[in-house]
Amino acid sequence: MTGDAPAMLAGMLGVIRRDLLLAWKRPGDILNPLFFFVMVAALFPLAVGPSPEQLEFSGPAVLWVAALLAMLLSLNSLFLSDFEDGSLDQMLVSPVPLPALALGKSIMHWLTSGLPLVLISPVVAITFRMPASVTGFLMITLLLGTISLSLLGSIGAALTVGLHRGTALLSLLILPLAMPVLIFGARTVSLVAAGDGVAGGLYFLGAYAVLVLSFAPFATAAALRISNE
Amino acid sequence: MTTKLSANDLTLFRGERCLFRHLSFALNQGELLLLEGRNGTGKTSLMRAIAGLISFEAGEIFWGDVPVLSDRQAFHGALVWMAHRVGFKADLTLVENLRFEANLRSQSGADFDEVLHRLDIDRLKRLPIRSLSAGQQRRVALARMLLSGAPLWLMDEPFTNLDREGRELVVKLTSEHLDMGGMCIMAAHQDVEIGSNAQKIVLQ
Amino acid sequence: MIPWFVVPGLFLVAYGAYAGLFVAPMDYQQGDAFRIIYVHVPSAYLSMMTYMIMATSAGIGLIWRIKLAHAVAAAAAPIGAWFTFLALATGSIWGKPMWGTWWEWGDPRLTSELIMLFLYFGYMALRGAIDDTAKADKSSAVLALVGAVNVPIIHFSVEWWSSLHQGPTLVRKGGPAMDTAMLYPLLAMILGFTFLFGALLLRRVRAEVLYRERRTRWVREMILSKGT
Repeated sequence: MTGDAPAMLAGMLGVIRRDLLLAWKRPGDILNPLFFFVMVAALFPLAVGPSPEQLEFSGPAVLWVAALLAMLLSLNSLFLSDFEDGSLDQMLVSPVPLPALALGKSIMHWLTSGLPLVLISPVVAITFRMPASVTGFLMITLLLGTISLSLLGSIGAALTVGLHRGTALLSLLILPLAMPVLIFGARTVSLVAAGDGVAGGLYFLGAYAVLVLSFAPFATAAALRISNE
Repeated sequence: MTTKLSANDLTLFRGERCLFRHLSFALNQGELLLLEGRNGTGKTSLMRAIAGLISFEAGEIFWGDVPVLSDRQAFHGALVWMAHRVGFKADLTLVENLRFEANLRSQSGADFDEVLHRLDIDRLKRLPIRSLSAGQQRRVALARMLLSGAPLWLMDEPFTNLDREGRELVVKLTSEHLDMGGMCIMAAHQDVEIGSNAQKIVLQ
Repeated sequence: MIPWFVVPGLFLVAYGAYAGLFVAPMDYQQGDAFRIIYVHVPSAYLSMMTYMIMATSAGIGLIWRIKLAHAVAAAAAPIGAWFTFLALATGSIWGKPMWGTWWEWGDPRLTSELIMLFLYFGYMALRGAIDDTAKADKSSAVLALVGAVNVPIIHFSVEWWSSLHQGPTLVRKGGPAMDTAMLYPLLAMILGFTFLFGALLLRRVRAEVLYRERRTRWVREMILSKGT
């Protein structure tokens, strides 16, 4: 399938621009997952108790789980409005290769859900008494991890768009696939906190992101075609 | 530029139900194909299948001499689709929506404002789509057709929600398109008079 | 064709069970409890093999549009889920006398199997959520393929994760290092389970195909000719 590159790029950027415009008009779409992240991260200390050692110990894990759940929350509606108002039809009959458009959607999701999480994480990390050096690594792992999550999540969102009880199903589908990201993300940060080497974990996260990038847009495109029938 | 659409032996299922079998047709430049039939007979499904949104159980469609399945892009680049759902984002304005559409397919180069004026929607330019009535939204969908340079128009029930003026507009625009060498497949359940020689397929 | 699978399957399982339970000598470390590996290992191995079969046939069905392949994938899924559950249950039962708890997160095999169970559930849930059979086939095929790519990665990441915590594990050694008296029954059980799996799968595929084609003539004739 030889799409000419300028058209693919134009299509992809067009999708990103359009959806950013939409997000601008409905800021709740960005803010909701963000609030969710902060809330979940705040719930844990309340439940666990204010002991500083416990907080510091559980910080990376809690933040990572909260990030994962927040991303899941926003994934559900990724393709929903396009499916309902018919713009998905238009994207499917466009000569721009669908994987390019799907990638645009994934990038958009990351920009509005993943990136804000990464940026706000230092603030929340403070409440877990995370030292600055560790926070830096937290941000890097979140950066790489959220990219993978957006890409993988798009596949799940495409598979479940328009189904009843889609949200629960989406979580069930994505969570097993997201395990490696969670494992490496959270544990790498814990290792940093304990003073161990982290190169392996970061390499894994980076490599995984690249791997997912290579197949997720195609899987998302295939899933979109099937779901739209 | 290839402008011949032909279909061979199409069979389509919807779930377990067979909608039709062994359907064939050919469409040349300047020709119109009308799909008629009552609700539920499969007109929309056939249109969606031709557009490539659903797959046929059997049979092939050719664009020129090339099967559509082997060069989807060329086929999609040559068509523009008007469905029952207009396919615009409700929160964005008319202008923002059509600008996005320009990224999805190549445009004919027709003047933007002129087209809007022709369809009598230029004063609605800065309004979000959700503020427009159903008839007005359908006119915006017509703008999509005019702005794209595609030779093949696929229109599923284009007269829905339009007043008499709107319906006449559709007829006029389609005739012009056909006169310029374009092609059109239209599904409608009212009598449509466009041009003298329209092929008809009636679905039971 | 089914009897071809059932008979050897039963025979092998019978031999394996007998030999495993009575003939093989006691493992010096774990006593009689270790014998549960005769069920645990075949289950675990089959749970993974079934997933691969499911994903492969789903992929074949998706790419080459062969309906039978989709039927095989649909039929294989519950079988795989049960094997996974069995592997988890036997793993847990084995672990109890060894670790003192019913569950040990430090064991990579157990954790991987748990994630695999969720993968199966997700596949079956997706199938169940879509009414149209053809659409359900295609959607779940995409899911199965994505899952298949991830399975080795999941294993790898769980291994890494549990290696950080020096926990007890099941069957670190095993394989050629085992005493032959212990090994042969194990191999027999593995083979026997596989045959039984084959029999089960064939039965299910047959039922699946009959259900999917229930409106066609050949099925009707078959039912009618079999009498009331």
